[in-house]
Amino acid sequence: METYVLQIFNGISVSSILMLAALGLAIIFGLMKIINMAHGELIMIGAYVTFVTQNIFMSYVDKDYFDIYFIFALLAAFVITAFVGYLLEITIIRHLYGRPLDSLLATWGVSLVLQQLARSIFGAPNVDVKSPTWLDGGILIWGDLQLPYKRLFIMLLVALCICGVYYFLYKTTTGRRIRAVMQNRTMAKSLGINTRKVDAMTFAIGSGLAGIAGCALTLLGSIGPTLGTNYIIDTFMVVVLGGVGTIIGTVAGAGIIGLGNTTFEFLTDASLGKVLVFSVVILFLQWKPQGFFTIKSRALDE
Amino acid sequence: MLEIVAKIKEYFLKRNAVISIIFVLLCLAPLFLSDFRINLLGKFVAFAILALGIDLIWGYTGILSLGHGVFFGLGAYCMAMYLKLESSAGKVPDFMSWSGLEVMPWFWKPFASAPFALTMAILIPVLLAMIIGYLTFKNRIRGVYFTILTQALSIIFVVLFIGQQAYTGGTNGITNFKTILGFSLSDPATKLSLYYIAVLLLLAAYVFCKLIIDRRIGRVLVAIRDGENRIRFSGYNPTVYKVFVYAISAGLAGLAGAVYVPQVGIISPAEMGIIPSIEMVSWVAIGGRGTLTGAIIGAVLVNSLKSVVSESFPDIWSYFIGITFIVIVIFMPSGLVGIYQQIKKVWRNSLLLKRKEAAMKH
Repeated sequence: METYVLQIFNGISVSSILMLAALGLAIIFGLMKIINMAHGELIMIGAYVTFVTQNIFMSYVDKDYFDIYFIFALLAAFVITAFVGYLLEITIIRHLYGRPLDSLLATWGVSLVLQQLARSIFGAPNVDVKSPTWLDGGILIWGDLQLPYKRLFIMLLVALCICGVYYFLYKTTTGRRIRAVMQNRTMAKSLGINTRKVDAMTFAIGSGLAGIAGCALTLLGSIGPTLGTNYIIDTFMVVVLGGVGTIIGTVAGAGIIGLGNTTFEFLTDASLGKVLVFSVVILFLQWKPQGFFTIKSRALDE
Repeated sequence: MLEIVAKIKEYFLKRNAVISIIFVLLCLAPLFLSDFRINLLGKFVAFAILALGIDLIWGYTGILSLGHGVFFGLGAYCMAMYLKLESSAGKVPDFMSWSGLEVMPWFWKPFASAPFALTMAILIPVLLAMIIGYLTFKNRIRGVYFTILTQALSIIFVVLFIGQQAYTGGTNGITNFKTILGFSLSDPATKLSLYYIAVLLLLAAYVFCKLIIDRRIGRVLVAIRDGENRIRFSGYNPTVYKVFVYAISAGLAGLAGAVYVPQVGIISPAEMGIIPSIEMVSWVAIGGRGTLTGAIIGAVLVNSLKSVVSESFPDIWSYFIGITFIVIVIFMPSGLVGIYQQIKKVWRNSLLLKRKEAAMKH
């Protein structure tokens, strides 16, 4: 029983990272119908930014202040990956509007290049990031069951990010513009919204969220150039399952995929678990082909 | 008599010039290349069969499947099971006894016969594609949703094949083959015949695809790509056509796998993953989607380049293929064949212009 509770707990913390990554992907997809295969590499960039920040703190900052590096790393990861995302958008993605399948292929090319770049700069072997000391240990619940602070911190971080995105999308003027473009691009355009600007900004923010996810991932293990590829498919499945364009859909999708993975893996074994989750998703899509939650539309081609 | 010759001339030299040249070159290649290179080329010919299938579903019908590695792998594994059983001569294959399996699993037994294995190499992918295709296309799951699902499919098969080590050989896959139908696989003569068989099968696959796309069904497939709802409103049921084309392309991928294994001598789950699957699509994209010639040229050319470049500079290859892919997809969606056709058009126009000018002067 205790192992199962711990498994579930770990499942929730992994699915919270998925949630963060999928949130960016889902917003981008909902807005521009672009599937970003390089999203996993943006996660990787976030992780490497954390690694670099840690190294900078190690060599230039007094030892007593080392532990606060993680806060800076989080900010840096968001800003830098958002900037990389912005660059991607203005150089490559903007040529691909209205060609969703092509966007998928071109961004795969981007992901190849980014991975190789990481390999050239940091080397192929994985590197370790030392997590700050205030995240060591955990809360003792009962018996031997201990919930590690690291994973609790990740959950808290993800919850904060989701609240932040919610506030941004639903309570600010910019957010309202984004939602307007998501619902009806041409209408929004004719009402004077600069859709180019909205697109670029949304892409940057979605990328930044991936960066934060990467930063959070460093707490769970070592990082390498192919870090992103391990998460990208699950992230896509979250988007398919949850539906596009709503925050609640992403949260539900990530919860189901994460928990489903852990539960099935616990009940059977790792390989059969994945197969079962996939079958469940296919069966689910028989019932709701568009995913859990979608923006209602009467258009035929959505 | 002369008329027939003229007709044949017209058919092969004018209307199918490029493809005729390709096949002549492929047939003559053993005269110029070393045994090692021919073996590599045979592998690329197998890939070209697969590329034809991808072109049918992606280039013509507009459905992007990133799970073709699975079908390729299934075909390859069926063939590998046969080769493995032949080389272990009735005993339990080595990797099974390493994982502690004493008795041969029931589903391995029939694969001792070559015709059965070959049939299964095509039939299993076709059936799998029909089931998955029916369940997704019926519900109008399309575009990127379908693509993502196929991607998930390929990840799942990789995980499954690695996990079930006792039955599939795990990460190492199945290897250590000795003979095929009694002929030694290391014998150069066997290798050469395998190469020619591959080229023949490629020709057969090409003719088969050509038959499909030249018929009305081919038009329907293109129409699905360009306007699925219009096709639906005109009284066609796109689901049937989509399932059909998905199954055909899966079958071609399975065949390619079966051709691939005896030449390369190993199949492992790494060949079925997402990255090989996207690479397969990249061949078609670079060669030229929507033209069968483009698929063949792309598969052979990209893989030849890959083996040449990555032999000497493995790092550069990733940059090169990544950037080429981005540029081709964004700026030249019709690939190399498209570029060739554009050049031809410009050249013809300039010729016409010159003639007109000449006529004006007179």
